[in-house]
Amino acid sequence: MSKNLKILVVESNRTKAKKIIDALFEGGWSDVVVLASASALDRNLREHNPDIILIDLANPDRDTLEHISLASQAKSRPVAMFVDHTDEEMTQAAIEAGLSAYVVNGLQMERIKPVLETAIARFRILSKMQSELDAAKLALSDRKTIDRAKGLIMRARGVCEEDAYQLMRKSAMDHGRKLIDVANSLVTAADILQ
Amino acid sequence: MTKTPIECGYLPLVDSAPLIIAKELPFAAEEGLDLSLVRQPSWSALRDMIAMGRLHFAHVLSPMPIAMSLGLGGMPAKIDALMVLSANGTVIGVSPALDRTMRKGGWSNSFDNPVETAAALFGAGEVPLRVGVPFPFSMHRMLLEYWLRSDPNYLQDKIEIITVPPPQMAQAVRDGDLDVFCVGEPWGTVAVQHSDATLILPSNSIWQFAPEKVLAARHDWVEDNPKTCHAMIRAIYKAAKWLGQSENIPLAAEILARSHHLALPDHAIDPALTGLITTKIGEAPKQNDRFMTFYGGAANFPWRSQGRWIARQLVQLTSQDHSDFDSIAQACFRSDLFRAALSPMGIDLPCTSEKVEGALQHPTAVASTKGEMILGPDGFFDGACFDITP
Repeated sequence: MSKNLKILVVESNRTKAKKIIDALFEGGWSDVVVLASASALDRNLREHNPDIILIDLANPDRDTLEHISLASQAKSRPVAMFVDHTDEEMTQAAIEAGLSAYVVNGLQMERIKPVLETAIARFRILSKMQSELDAAKLALSDRKTIDRAKGLIMRARGVCEEDAYQLMRKSAMDHGRKLIDVANSLVTAADILQ
Repeated sequence: MTKTPIECGYLPLVDSAPLIIAKELPFAAEEGLDLSLVRQPSWSALRDMIAMGRLHFAHVLSPMPIAMSLGLGGMPAKIDALMVLSANGTVIGVSPALDRTMRKGGWSNSFDNPVETAAALFGAGEVPLRVGVPFPFSMHRMLLEYWLRSDPNYLQDKIEIITVPPPQMAQAVRDGDLDVFCVGEPWGTVAVQHSDATLILPSNSIWQFAPEKVLAARHDWVEDNPKTCHAMIRAIYKAAKWLGQSENIPLAAEILARSHHLALPDHAIDPALTGLITTKIGEAPKQNDRFMTFYGGAANFPWRSQGRWIARQLVQLTSQDHSDFDSIAQACFRSDLFRAALSPMGIDLPCTSEKVEGALQHPTAVASTKGEMILGPDGFFDGACFDITP
């Protein structure tokens, strides 16, 4: 199968962009260009003349790309990938992974499909990594807040760490609130009272 | 009683207020709905999510359900507009450079004169004018093009329409990428504050009652879940009614600023809710009545004639025309469902589901299900009427 497709990736995060290029490269596509943003996309499209454009579903630049795809005067215009809904399963998989794609020159589905499958797989890994990273960061900052709140209770009530934790947990349960919310209120209140 | 879990997508704009109020106050819970609001990064993303059935409802630009149902743009799908969420509430602005040129030509900014302002725009001699709008299928673009086309100096190649996401509009003005823009609040106010832009017209100076955002849902899902749709319409209607009472505005601004749904400070939210608009840094704010309308004059009623007006503009914008455009468009605006949801509550509704768009230059009494109700004004700046009953 021919792999000489020109692929344009719109992605501002350099690490993420590199990972996508790597995946495509491993899959045998070497003609890949990355744009950090969709501004001046019109000019860039003429310059690079890509066959496929890959862009994160959450990227606000999509609206700009959408507009360009509607401008009828453009000779080779990008068309949103999933317009014909021929492959519902793949469309759902792409959306799930957070990927949207535009095809420029009316390529045949069998030439596009492998590119998309590769991109979908990589986007899935990237979004899983991102959400794990976010969760880890949040857990760490929650942990710090809870520790600070515990310290405040220990000082104010002269109790041990375990008792301070139990007091906070009981207050949370009594008021139907999350432990982290109670801790947050304590820390905020303490900041004001200082 | 267990509540029905419902997910509604939206973009963080002041006119998503009815959804936020319905959730926070909590009108949605009263109707048995466990409403989650899901913020989206772009109109395209929101459209894809609703088309693929990943959201039950969505706060969308009023032309979007029609464009999708007509198969225009990416991800076509049969989408209904269940009610109008807000009328107007967008602003047109110009770059600092264009403002200076227009003033040199003798124009002054009264913020309510479309005819003189269009003449000043084309008189400034910059061609083509680069005009930013948030989405190709938006009331912003329709009103802008409707307005500019009316000027005797208008030529199609004198303007270049560019799509820029609302939160990036101010930056695009500052970078010198745009001469003119039309955007929903708070992003016009942000462009004044951060990019020294000048706001030249509110959208209601072009059309006094332009449906701006609508509540959308997939047609097949609507058919399968009429009760949930009725409950949602009632919840939003109550929220809109609450927002329509001027004494609630300070509290509304507080709720919108504090809730995590918008992530905007209150000084960015206030102008749209009060209609007190600062059009240029250093100038006193100008009062604009009915700047953004959530309630009153049957504001939430999805008039089938509004759908047809939008379809007509879509024909012009896309140079596509099909014999069934008109019937598809009017069927998108579900006045039947709106009636079915609100009639049992004893709410007064218009007798007809179509009106002559633009006919009411002043508030006017018309026949309603319970006698008489006040509609309008809904005039166009050029006095045009759209009597498109077949």
